[in-house]
Amino acid sequence: MNRQKVRIKVNGNWVEREAQPDRMLLDFLREDLGLTGTKKGCEEGECGTCTIIMDGRTVLSCLVPAVKADGAEILTVEGMAEGEKLHPIQQAFWEEGAVQCGYCTPGMLLSAKALLDKNSEPAVEEVKEAISGNLCRCTGYGRIIRAIQVASERMRR
Amino acid sequence: MNWIAYEKPKNLDEALRLLERAGGKGRVIAGGTDLILQLKKREYLADLLVDITGIQDMKRIREEDGWVRIGAGVTHREVARNSMIQREARALAQGCGQVGSPQIRNMGTLVGNVVSAQPAADGAIPLMVLEAELKLVSSAGERWMALEKAYRGIGLSAIDATREVVSEVRFRKSGERCATGFFRMARRKALALPILNGAVSLQLDFSKDRIEKARIAIGPVAEKPFRSRRAETYLESAAISPKNLLEACRIASEEANPRTSLRGSAGYRKEMIRVYLFRTIERILDELRKTG
Repeated sequence: MNRQKVRIKVNGNWVEREAQPDRMLLDFLREDLGLTGTKKGCEEGECGTCTIIMDGRTVLSCLVPAVKADGAEILTVEGMAEGEKLHPIQQAFWEEGAVQCGYCTPGMLLSAKALLDKNSEPAVEEVKEAISGNLCRCTGYGRIIRAIQVASERMRR
Repeated sequence: MNWIAYEKPKNLDEALRLLERAGGKGRVIAGGTDLILQLKKREYLADLLVDITGIQDMKRIREEDGWVRIGAGVTHREVARNSMIQREARALAQGCGQVGSPQIRNMGTLVGNVVSAQPAADGAIPLMVLEAELKLVSSAGERWMALEKAYRGIGLSAIDATREVVSEVRFRKSGERCATGFFRMARRKALALPILNGAVSLQLDFSKDRIEKARIAIGPVAEKPFRSRRAETYLESAAISPKNLLEACRIASEEANPRTSLRGSAGYRKEMIRVYLFRTIERILDELRKTG
């Protein structure tokens, strides 16, 4: 098995590693780069907890071979805060009680960010659509939706 | 251990060369939302994956000589949000907008939706009523294949992805007297396979009193996306009236052959075909009358 080069820009920094061609980006991020904020759920593209932003779009890192991402720009949940200062979406999730067990949270945050990056004033239906690929089995959707609305208001100010 | 090499060529010639060199042990991959899972489950075995999403020329949606052409690297999201597609083939924009989830739509391609060969694929069903064609390229040359011929069975494509690349899908632009619609019935609005889905294309004659051309596709009611030919012929021969529309929907329900599965029983699906088809036809006719 020939390992292949993977060079990606993760959370603002270029990193280069070698990976087996069948290594998934999820495992590459978690185990090779130590970025365990991205969670492993179903590994079948159903639950959305492994969501990351790749070249401006949300993707499921459990279905992306790491080598496919070569050359891409990636944002994981670790890249959202600036030092100790939480991203406004994270701040709103915390204040609005949008986190229960927390397992879906990293994916939810990134789906929310991808939405607000393109649409600063989403309608509630647009918020629901944006997180429709992220399952919360604590079923705390109401507060998650509220938190995204609060964040969007603050980010517009 | 799975595939042992992954290549992302920059052009089609290189992709074909890679496949040829792999001698049947290579396989084309695009978004991977179906194929990666199938490979993990060993439903397919491949030594080499040839990723075609790095080929810029295949990432375009074009309008040319009366055709709408969608490259094999175009994602569901891109189709759903394209204003020309929304205008020319609303059913296709609607269908692509309901595949999987936002993440799946960002990754998966429309052509991949066809090659995966599922009978209720939300992208392929509208393409059936648009009478789409696929462009197949291999080291032996190019050819066009009618979408209907691209299926061998449930999940089985007639396209040999170890040797051929589908470079694009195309369909004819419809005129002003034509409109399309899509319906989908599922347990949830996202991440739920359809209990039933379907697409309809209707073209009125100049008087707007009769349906000149009708195309109906429904899934999952057969081994492949199902064209309801008897219902189509009936619509084309009968005057437009509530009674006749209901009769066409009854015929469609009769000729469909759904299975009973976890998602819904055969009887329920047959019943729902009548309901959803009728609503979709009415919606399209309303729209066509308004634009008149």
